[in-house]
Amino acid sequence: MMPASAIAFYLIAAFLLITALLSVTGRQIFRSAIWLLFSLLGVAAIYFWLELNLLAAVQIVVYVGGIVVLIIFSVFLTRGSVQELPTLKKSRHFFALLAVISGFLFTVWCLWLYGYRQKATDAVVADIRTVGKQMLSIEAGGYALPFEMVSILLLASMVACIAIAMKLPDSKTTNTLK
Amino acid sequence: MQHVPLLHILIVSTALFFIGMYGMFTRRNLITILMSLELMLNSVNINLAAFQRYLYPQQTDGIFLSLFIIIIAAAEAAIAIAIIIHLYRTYHSVDVEDASELKY
Repeated sequence: MMPASAIAFYLIAAFLLITALLSVTGRQIFRSAIWLLFSLLGVAAIYFWLELNLLAAVQIVVYVGGIVVLIIFSVFLTRGSVQELPTLKKSRHFFALLAVISGFLFTVWCLWLYGYRQKATDAVVADIRTVGKQMLSIEAGGYALPFEMVSILLLASMVACIAIAMKLPDSKTTNTLK
Repeated sequence: MQHVPLLHILIVSTALFFIGMYGMFTRRNLITILMSLELMLNSVNINLAAFQRYLYPQQTDGIFLSLFIIIIAAAEAAIAIAIIIHLYRTYHSVDVEDASELKY
């Protein structure tokens, strides 16, 4: 008889993998975006199960609330939602499956050889207060420098997005391809 | 959660990674390739979170690595979508086979 938390983990894992498979194999791009949303929610559920509440909250806010909505917008903007994706050649599917399955088996074999039989301990997980203090700490083990670097990266990527997606005036578009 | 060994979580994240890889191999649409990439990044995050929780529950480094990966993935997705929209404007398609000017 398995305890309830183990059953919960295997249910979450099955949900996560099935929705990820549906998202990767679906023929309609909008539906696969919705399956991707459920799959990312499954990852957040795994974080909740691991008692990493901050990570789960960030996962839901950034991925489910941000990236998936961005992807759905771009599906609509590029008129990809109306047409189905073309099917590939059989040989291509065969070789992709071969590469993926052999890679998966090899990785699992390596993990199996190494062991990783550790059980989780009852130790209390570091709470959000500790994480926040360490994020802005400039002592040893603090993460103030990466935090600032990431903020500069976000600013740069925002500028880059505007620069890339900006519509050029008509005189300049004649130089671009086609 | 004392009854699930670390190995099982690692196997789940490996499976998620290779599902994303299958999507990378078989898709020809830029948006779906981006979705597969998000799946692969998430599997790496599960790995880091599991190691953090099982091996060093008192420390916070696994949480920080996952957080920074999530932030950089968000920046990367935003730029990728800007590029996709620009490509669509130029080629009227988001198929990777159609954007082959730099090939050869």
